[in-house]
Amino acid sequence: MKLCLALVLAMAAGVRPMPMAAQAPAATQTVAAPASQDARIAALEKQVADNATAVAAAQSAGDNGWMLVSAALVLMMSGPGLALFYGGLVRKKNILGTMMQTFAMMAVITVLWALVTYSLAFGTGNAFIGGLHNAFLHGVGLLPDKDYAATIPLQTFMVYQLMFAIITPALITGAFAERMKFSAMLVFMILWAFLVYSPMAHMVWGKGGLLNATLGGRFPCLDFAGGTVVHVTSGVSALVTALYLGKRIGYPKIPMPPHSMVLSFIGACLLWVGWFGFNAGSALAAGTLATSAFVATHFAAAAAAIGWSIAEWINHGKPSALGAISGAVAGLVGITPAAGFVSPMSALWIGLIVGVFCFFMVFFVKKIFGYDDSLDAFGVHGAGGTLGAVLTGIFANSAINPIFGAGKATGLLEGNAHQVVNQVVGIAIAWGLSIVGTLVILFVVDKTLGLRVSEADEREGLDLSQHGEEGYDWAH
Amino acid sequence: MQKIEAVIQPSKLDEVKDALLEIGVEGMTILEARGHGRQKGHTEFYRGREYAVDLLPKVKLELVVRDELVEPAVQAIITAARTGKIGDGKIFISKIDEAIRIRNDERGEIAV
Repeated sequence: MKLCLALVLAMAAGVRPMPMAAQAPAATQTVAAPASQDARIAALEKQVADNATAVAAAQSAGDNGWMLVSAALVLMMSGPGLALFYGGLVRKKNILGTMMQTFAMMAVITVLWALVTYSLAFGTGNAFIGGLHNAFLHGVGLLPDKDYAATIPLQTFMVYQLMFAIITPALITGAFAERMKFSAMLVFMILWAFLVYSPMAHMVWGKGGLLNATLGGRFPCLDFAGGTVVHVTSGVSALVTALYLGKRIGYPKIPMPPHSMVLSFIGACLLWVGWFGFNAGSALAAGTLATSAFVATHFAAAAAAIGWSIAEWINHGKPSALGAISGAVAGLVGITPAAGFVSPMSALWIGLIVGVFCFFMVFFVKKIFGYDDSLDAFGVHGAGGTLGAVLTGIFANSAINPIFGAGKATGLLEGNAHQVVNQVVGIAIAWGLSIVGTLVILFVVDKTLGLRVSEADEREGLDLSQHGEEGYDWAH
Repeated sequence: MQKIEAVIQPSKLDEVKDALLEIGVEGMTILEARGHGRQKGHTEFYRGREYAVDLLPKVKLELVVRDELVEPAVQAIITAARTGKIGDGKIFISKIDEAIRIRNDERGEIAV
């Protein structure tokens, strides 16, 4: 596909050499002094080489432009997107505490990424984790890395991937909302970046990672934009944390309705828009694959919003705004691993299936088990991510993305049943790593700092008890 | 000099206010309030969890008027605020000992 683009650009440049000012004198010279055949051939060769350089530069500029915008879009998903989405869902005494948890990730994970976690995730290492060669961003410069993304500076790739490393732990905060100490949350997240995110990102996306689909993985698992790396890890860790921490005081007897559906609505819509950077950006170039992922992303979100709303309408008599936006987010989660592998029609199916599935997880399964996953981080991201990863193995199509070679069957519907097995391996590793890693971290932080705020602080709210301020000051 | 406190449906505020101004009431204080009488609240659903909301949004008017204006004011409020359904609200009347205008220390009925 990129080759095609290069050819098209090369042809365009060949037919109209004038726009390239640098080549114009050389061309004139060739015409003016036809000294010998050798000289003309040399001049032509130089022109061809110059054109190739110009084409590469043009493509790099286009790709890099899109990738920088995508990186910014993914950051927008955390702040303000997720912060507003989660912030509106908690009680008003906890809005700043909830928003600060996401914002802290934007700062802390960034510094960590620069120091060491980028290297652990994407540096050369073994099948499970990267090495320390790229610590302090050593060797992460402005030249492209041929293996990761051949047309953009490695630093663009690095900062784009950073935005994923930020939002993933931020998603977990929905599970322990309204009751975790800010200090304990910070330590938990730092350890989580080392123990869970870095190895999982390396296994799926890193060179030589165990699950990498293109760079020599033992079990090639298809995960276009982070179904397992982002959503399964965060969702499962969320469930473990909710179970370990216990319920909020008074749950489920005391009413804890969202204090501002308006904030949540704005947040969810920002998430939807930001997700184009998340999924279409994961093409790592501005070519046709980005378009395909963009379309699939949008279609799945729409179908899932409808799926959840219809399920809710039938079960509860009314389609709620919270249901519609939750459905859209569930669909976005579900299409994340599949975005660059499936057709628009498959995306509609994936969205519909995941939307309805997450509705049942949140409405019924949570009630049956009685855990207090406060903002449904598991019900949406864990459940939706897991199902989305399986569906990717079913719907992936070589006509959209011939990742295993042109015409080679990719997903189950194309006849590659084995891909579903590889997807399940990826999911199982993500679940296992998240459960074990999160439990270890929770135990360590619990025994040292203590995880929960005191009962008095919890009743007072995180805004005052953790940050000494209030989100809404009615008195002034 | 008496104080009339009326708790009414928020949607009826404009009609009540106009009716009171028409009969010569010169001032009032409006508060956004929540409360309930015999009216049962409603239920809200958020992701399958049911919340009973028994404190409903209301508007509370407070006005202090001369004795002869009390009955016309009460009638004006009743006429404007009544829908005939449960939840229309209540009116409370009490005696006021003194009224003082802060600007010039005027006292009594002239100050209301």
